[in-house]
Amino acid sequence: MYNFEYSRAKSVADAAKAASGDAEAKLLAGGMTLIPTLKQRLAKPTALIDLNGIADLAGIKRDGNNLVIGAMTRHAEVARSKDVKAVIPALAHLAEMIGDPAVRNRGTIGGSIANHDPAADYPAGVLGLNATVITNKRQIKADDFFTGMFATALQDGEIITAVSFPKPDKAGYMKFKNPASRYAIVGVFVAKTGNDVRVAVTGAGAGVFRAKDLESALTKSFLPTAVEGIKIAADGLNSDIHASAEYRAHLITVMAKRAVVACG
Amino acid sequence: MATMIGTSVKRREDAKFLTGRGNYTDDINRPGQVHAYIIRSPHAHATLASVKTDKAAKRPGVVAVLTGADTAADGIGGLPCGWLIHNKDGSPMVEPPHPPLAQGKVRHVGDPVAVVIAETYAQARDAAEHVEIDYKALPAVSDASKAIERGAPQLHDEAKGNLCYDWHLGDKAAVDAAFAKAAKVAKIDLINNRLIPNAMEPRAALGEFNRATGEYTLYTTSQNPHVIRLLMGAHVLHVAESKLRVIAPDVGGGFGSKIYHYAEEAIVTWAAAKVNRPVKWTAERSESFMSDAQGRDHATHGELALDKDGKFLALRVSTVANLGGYLSTFSTTIPTWLYATLLAGVYTTPVIYCEVKAVFTNTVPVDAYRGAGRPEASYLLERLVDIAANVCGLDRAEIRKRNFIPKTAFPYQTPVALQYDSGDYPGCLETAVKASDYAGYDKRRAASEKAGKLRGIGISTYIEACGIAPSAVVGSLGARAGLYEVGTVRVHPTGTISVLTGTHSHGQGHETTFAQVVADALGVPMESIEVVHGDTAMIPFGMGTYGSRSLAVGGSAILKAVDKIVAKSKKIAAHLLEAAEADIEFKDGVFSVAGTDRSKTLGEIALAAYVPHNYPIETVEPGLDETAFYDPKNFTFPAGTHICEVEVDPQTGVVTVEKFTAVDDVGRVINPMIVEGQVHGGVVQGIGQALYEGCVYDPKTGQLLTGSMMDYCMPRADNLPAFSVGHHTTLCTHNQLGVKGCGEVGAIGSPPAVMNAVVDALKPYGITHLDMPATPERVWRAIHSARQPRAAE
Repeated sequence: MYNFEYSRAKSVADAAKAASGDAEAKLLAGGMTLIPTLKQRLAKPTALIDLNGIADLAGIKRDGNNLVIGAMTRHAEVARSKDVKAVIPALAHLAEMIGDPAVRNRGTIGGSIANHDPAADYPAGVLGLNATVITNKRQIKADDFFTGMFATALQDGEIITAVSFPKPDKAGYMKFKNPASRYAIVGVFVAKTGNDVRVAVTGAGAGVFRAKDLESALTKSFLPTAVEGIKIAADGLNSDIHASAEYRAHLITVMAKRAVVACG
Repeated sequence: MATMIGTSVKRREDAKFLTGRGNYTDDINRPGQVHAYIIRSPHAHATLASVKTDKAAKRPGVVAVLTGADTAADGIGGLPCGWLIHNKDGSPMVEPPHPPLAQGKVRHVGDPVAVVIAETYAQARDAAEHVEIDYKALPAVSDASKAIERGAPQLHDEAKGNLCYDWHLGDKAAVDAAFAKAAKVAKIDLINNRLIPNAMEPRAALGEFNRATGEYTLYTTSQNPHVIRLLMGAHVLHVAESKLRVIAPDVGGGFGSKIYHYAEEAIVTWAAAKVNRPVKWTAERSESFMSDAQGRDHATHGELALDKDGKFLALRVSTVANLGGYLSTFSTTIPTWLYATLLAGVYTTPVIYCEVKAVFTNTVPVDAYRGAGRPEASYLLERLVDIAANVCGLDRAEIRKRNFIPKTAFPYQTPVALQYDSGDYPGCLETAVKASDYAGYDKRRAASEKAGKLRGIGISTYIEACGIAPSAVVGSLGARAGLYEVGTVRVHPTGTISVLTGTHSHGQGHETTFAQVVADALGVPMESIEVVHGDTAMIPFGMGTYGSRSLAVGGSAILKAVDKIVAKSKKIAAHLLEAAEADIEFKDGVFSVAGTDRSKTLGEIALAAYVPHNYPIETVEPGLDETAFYDPKNFTFPAGTHICEVEVDPQTGVVTVEKFTAVDDVGRVINPMIVEGQVHGGVVQGIGQALYEGCVYDPKTGQLLTGSMMDYCMPRADNLPAFSVGHHTTLCTHNQLGVKGCGEVGAIGSPPAVMNAVVDALKPYGITHLDMPATPERVWRAIHSARQPRAAE
């Protein structure tokens, strides 16, 4: 990796101040993407501002009907949290499916969604559950947060502090893993809250997106058979050595159906 | 007291490996050491218009920046090829130069172009960005079948049409005649997918030069340090053996990829003298992907002629083998003498003809990888036998039984050069059928179907050839090396023993197994024996470890040395016990006068040998230290039956291995636990080849698309079921231990078992073949296109 300045922030304000003064600085959360990128010399930040010393960024709280997960909460903690399992078991399941044990013990929810890797799992959970991303400046609805491949609505100096998930009636996440990287080739998060059904798809496109055809079918009838016949268009989907766009399109339907089954 | 052989003694080497106290090449640091970063070609094919180093040389910490111009100026030679193959017309193969640093042209992504040496690795890598290299990109070709087409990009001026050789084996006329009379013919076209070895420890090399003595030392991640000393000393650096010491300390896995003499070894050794400081290089994982020799990569057409009863009449095979951009050390023998000679398999096929075109492409060189040629042969044959069963309407076990070489037929001469010494193929099949609960398969299939899954079962009845030998025979086939082994048994004055072996352990557990063998042979406790390997300054010239040879060849050499120790000890005992030598008996570590209670232990004899006060000094030399070289009479022939059951999810195409049974005949088993571990590892790599692993180059640019663990899928624990491993043993007839070798059986027997199971599962869709790896999309597409016939396109 190239040389950079390293600082360990003591508070969010501290980190925001450091980040806003330097456009080439990077925030370091779990580092599960950033550190390998640095090691490969694919990024050359001037500074790394380490968020790992800010104690109040981590932790899981219940807030009325909502589950509020601190930005620096590790995937492993979400996966084994009694609160998460009680309120949104599908989210605990999603966290359990991320990477491998080393990744789950380092990686954070804030880091994952701020990075918005098009094959990451958390974006599907955040979008599918209609969560709210809380930053040091404002609250951002999930529908407004993910703006494109590795792109989000976050501004310079803006730091995610937590994500607030409303409790759904039912939710399920089904992931078709890339056998090598264990990222999602296709991951589908289905959530039903009252009459509102949301279907968020990760891995298949340039970023996480909602599958409207599946949503409207499931709104009419929340049954696995409701999505069975729906053909997703392959246009615009990712195509690589692991899966063609056509195969990914097919998998979206299969995973959606299985996610509905997982909703119970 | 022969109690150690056959016992699952815990691996004595594991204490250091499991507690992080191993001593690997990268753990070694020498005073004044500097670090090398190798600049590698980002292009698959390009001419080097210029390489400018002056800016980089001025960067902080830089000691030297060396290029191909420097190696040329110093008269550094090319990396040699160890096996000469002849064309069909008798002419020799093409051997283009293989410079350690590129000379005017690069031929694959990862081809070394320059080396930056600096005080720290980070400084070397930083400075490397200031080496200005002007590449003129050329069209590239990565597919061997395309590389021999007219108009393909040409890699080497010497190799017209990119052809290294066009070789054949067998009686073509007899085969053609048999096909003309055949009742039925089974045919297949298949790809044996290219694999990336991925040993856990990346390659590393540390070169050192002593200006006072003129001695070079190379620490390297090698399976055969003597071979490296010979090849590098004689061919590349022109340094006498007496001035070159090669040490292969603890090595973390090889699987073949650490047999070869690599450019980096020569570069650091040469550079150490140039900068007069020790130079270390350790590969990053991404370098391993683009510089460790890769495996397999065949495109093959095979045809099996059958009579009306399903008896094999003849086999005809045509293979295009990809060698990569240059000839790696033993690359040329893999698709020839280690492949075509195995095409008889365990069957009585009377005539066989195989032709092989070996081709240069803009890819990383290909060489032996666990099994090396034999997995390619067994995969082809065992897939073809399944297709033949289909063509003849026979059960897949039944057609095998009809064609097995009977137990009574040994020694058995195949039509493709080998003579098998022992085996019991029907017995292996029968044992495996029982162990796998073959009879209960229908129930398991019904249960899978109830759960919406397809289930398939696959059998492979494979054979391989290990302990490649004798030297004179392999020499006549083009080997430029001997294939004997050496062992020294050094009994120290107090009776403790050092066993020096020319083989090398890099995960196989030799330190345990060899000690077990010597403990039994000399009747001494294992604790008094240490096994030493991996240092050319300590050990006589040995050939190293590959091809499952270590116990069969190296173990036999050690036992020969033990025999010499016993013979000499008898003479000493006779003197000490005042008896005739003929009356001395040796048993359980004690030399005694027959019929008396007078005896001497090995320790007492050793002490007398080193303190020869009362000693037959006129007729016996002092000391108790014997070396033996052993050149085998033949290959050994492990064989076995692997049975695999898979489930296929028809909606996603995901294949899961549900059950795997391996019954192998590896000859006498010295340490059952170690053998089981070897079989497990081999089977996992075989399952990896069948379902997960596939090296992919961009067909247009030759870029390596599977250049990291993110894209190259190694099998993991959660991909695998518990294995059932068993044995059905016949002894090797021509070595003292009766051993055959176990390192490669798993990787040879398992891929066809898995793929036969996958194809069986897909049988309802009319699918008769699928290439490896059977990735989810490949399986889904096969199902999908079968469901929607071509007319729908």
